[in-house]
Amino acid sequence: MISRLLRTVSNRRAFLGAGALLPLAPLVAGLGNSAAAGEHARVQTASTHAGNHTGDHAGGMTTVGTVDHARNGFDPYDMLTDWETGTLSRDDQGRPLRTFDITAVDVEIEIAPGIFFPAWTYNGRVPGPALRATEGEQLRINFINNGSHPHSLHFHGIHGASMDGVAGAGLVGPGEHFVYEFSAHPFGCHLYHCHAVPLKRHVHKGLYGAFIVDPDPALHPEHEDVARSRQLGALENQDWQELIMVMNGFDTNFDDENEIYAVNTVAHEYMKRPIKIDKDRPVRIYLINITEFDPINSFHIHGNFFDYYDHGTTLTPTSKTIDTVMQCQAQRGIIEMSFHDHEPGRYMFHAHQSEFAELGWMSFFEVA
Amino acid sequence: MGWNRLAIGIPLLLLAVVALAVFAFDPLAKFGDGLPPEEALVVERVTADTGGIVAHIRGDGRDPVQIAQVQVDGAYWAFAQEPTGPLHRLAAAQITVPYPWVAGETHHMRFVTSTGATFEYTIDVARTSPAASPNILFSLALLGLFVGVVPVALGMMTLPLLRRMGSEGIVFAMALTIGLLAFLLVDTLSEGLELATEAASAFQGDVAVWMAAALTFLGLTAISRRSNLPTGGVALATWLALGIGFHNFGEGLSIGVALSVGNAALGSLLIVGFTVHNLSEGVAIVAPVSRRKVTFAMLVGWAALAGLPAVAGAWIGAFTFVPHWGAVFFGIAAGAILQVMIEVGRTIWSIRGSENESAPAGTAFAGFGAGVLVMYATAFLVQV
Repeated sequence: MISRLLRTVSNRRAFLGAGALLPLAPLVAGLGNSAAAGEHARVQTASTHAGNHTGDHAGGMTTVGTVDHARNGFDPYDMLTDWETGTLSRDDQGRPLRTFDITAVDVEIEIAPGIFFPAWTYNGRVPGPALRATEGEQLRINFINNGSHPHSLHFHGIHGASMDGVAGAGLVGPGEHFVYEFSAHPFGCHLYHCHAVPLKRHVHKGLYGAFIVDPDPALHPEHEDVARSRQLGALENQDWQELIMVMNGFDTNFDDENEIYAVNTVAHEYMKRPIKIDKDRPVRIYLINITEFDPINSFHIHGNFFDYYDHGTTLTPTSKTIDTVMQCQAQRGIIEMSFHDHEPGRYMFHAHQSEFAELGWMSFFEVA
Repeated sequence: MGWNRLAIGIPLLLLAVVALAVFAFDPLAKFGDGLPPEEALVVERVTADTGGIVAHIRGDGRDPVQIAQVQVDGAYWAFAQEPTGPLHRLAAAQITVPYPWVAGETHHMRFVTSTGATFEYTIDVARTSPAASPNILFSLALLGLFVGVVPVALGMMTLPLLRRMGSEGIVFAMALTIGLLAFLLVDTLSEGLELATEAASAFQGDVAVWMAAALTFLGLTAISRRSNLPTGGVALATWLALGIGFHNFGEGLSIGVALSVGNAALGSLLIVGFTVHNLSEGVAIVAPVSRRKVTFAMLVGWAALAGLPAVAGAWIGAFTFVPHWGAVFFGIAAGAILQVMIEVGRTIWSIRGSENESAPAGTAFAGFGAGVLVMYATAFLVQV
């Protein structure tokens, strides 16, 4: 019966309390008190330890080790600015035509040091390539499914039913291919993902990516400067430090809860390698939430505020001067901010669900 | 080569051929496509101190387990593994996490392997694990004395009372002893089987408990028969003290483990409960000598034999306990207790025979029932 002692918690306090009434109390209390006495020393030791292990800012709360990005074939740091612009040509009617090639392939990826996940990917990376086009262009996406299950590309954008990437409209069996064609509308910060069923499995296995449509300045005379600053390659765009951040998660033990949360897949990566920011140039973040299983995700910046363009479909902010923004799954938007007047240093940003932050969605800007 | 050697050699050779054939033809190939490795892990013991939390873990799966990350309370935390590397079946390692745990509160540990599989352990109530300092050893020894030696010694003080009883009273007392032992037997066995579920499954802890019990029982029976142990008297009292000592060692173990971290629900009231609960053990030991002359030294010896193991148990439990050895130990204790029950039964039989009375079956039954009931009733004092 005594082993029940080892497991029963509910009435523990009652017993410890009752102990104080009895002459034996000093004995057992002695064992208990040493716990209380150890408290201060312990907390200090713990943080000192952690400091030694993981650098100044983690406080012990971190994954341990490093991910082999070369083995993965993609590096979250490079992904921040890795735009896939495809190839630009003219279609038979003389309109600009942008062509992308995407192949679905099963790859095992390292999502935190030492944790390997059997992912389904677009072009071997999670998130898939960050497609970038300009408003009004004709888009042609050649999709080959080299994976083991049927997959598709379902774009969040304006297109016809036959190009929707659902069953009967561009769902592609293993070894087959399909060409999606539509024009780039509306401008904004969008995404694409697989729409094969079961949806949850196909999404959390890694089949998603950013789909950014830059506004065509000629179509927005009232905010031409803003539109120009958004257009990749335009002179007004050069000054901006543009970053793509896809908030995602991984359910490694398939219990419908994520063991890993991250921006661009690898847990704590930007905590270990802070993102370098030039304080004199403005920052624009294309933020997309594709986290499965949890209703929302969020972005919170320390020591600063930003303007936010929900879905990126406007040229004036939908929220001004906020430091936290919440997104449901597939919601996305553009964050614009400046560190111009800030002292240099590390500025933390993370999900303001502490749970997500502590499971990997924790990052730093290194402002200089 | 003689026939005897052939008789051993040929089956061994064929066995090797069969093993090779299984690997060569791999009849399971059609069933195992794409299966992930079979990982399993048991957390045997967790302690906490100023440096954080230390978990003693053991690989328990067919395939090696590589701990990739460790979560405490849903947060990835810095940790160190000693020794490093993958854990093969039954290999042990120690994981140290410098986590700022909170005294008196619950913490959840989660070990994430290289495949993303997770293994969980809950520290019900975090508290500083006793370090092996003279102070702590002394406190544990004191606990052991209160739980083991004190009640046995107090129980023995009923000897003058037993001496005044008639033979029917003695039969009652002896039957009470069997009832008490029956209770301890069930308690000890269930204890062992419960621990077996916590041990690495490769140890087959439940089988180990039964085997240890059976072998101990048979071994002690053989000793008892071969040495022509006289029924009753000093020898039986010693035998009883030994069996009860086994049980008290187990109680000591459990108390030590409970104090070591997290799971302790131990308070002073509970210690007093154990003292009361174990009182009748002293009565049981002296019941066979109620008609014999005993020296003070004998009484002291029995009290020590029955009670001191609780001290040793508390020390071992607090510092070096692992569930599979615990399970085996409880099996041994169960076997010993059963053997002592048989010896006490033989003694009752001999009392009846020597005094030529009709079988006091009613008395014996009443005694047995009283023994079980006393143990059951006082067990309420140690329920949490």
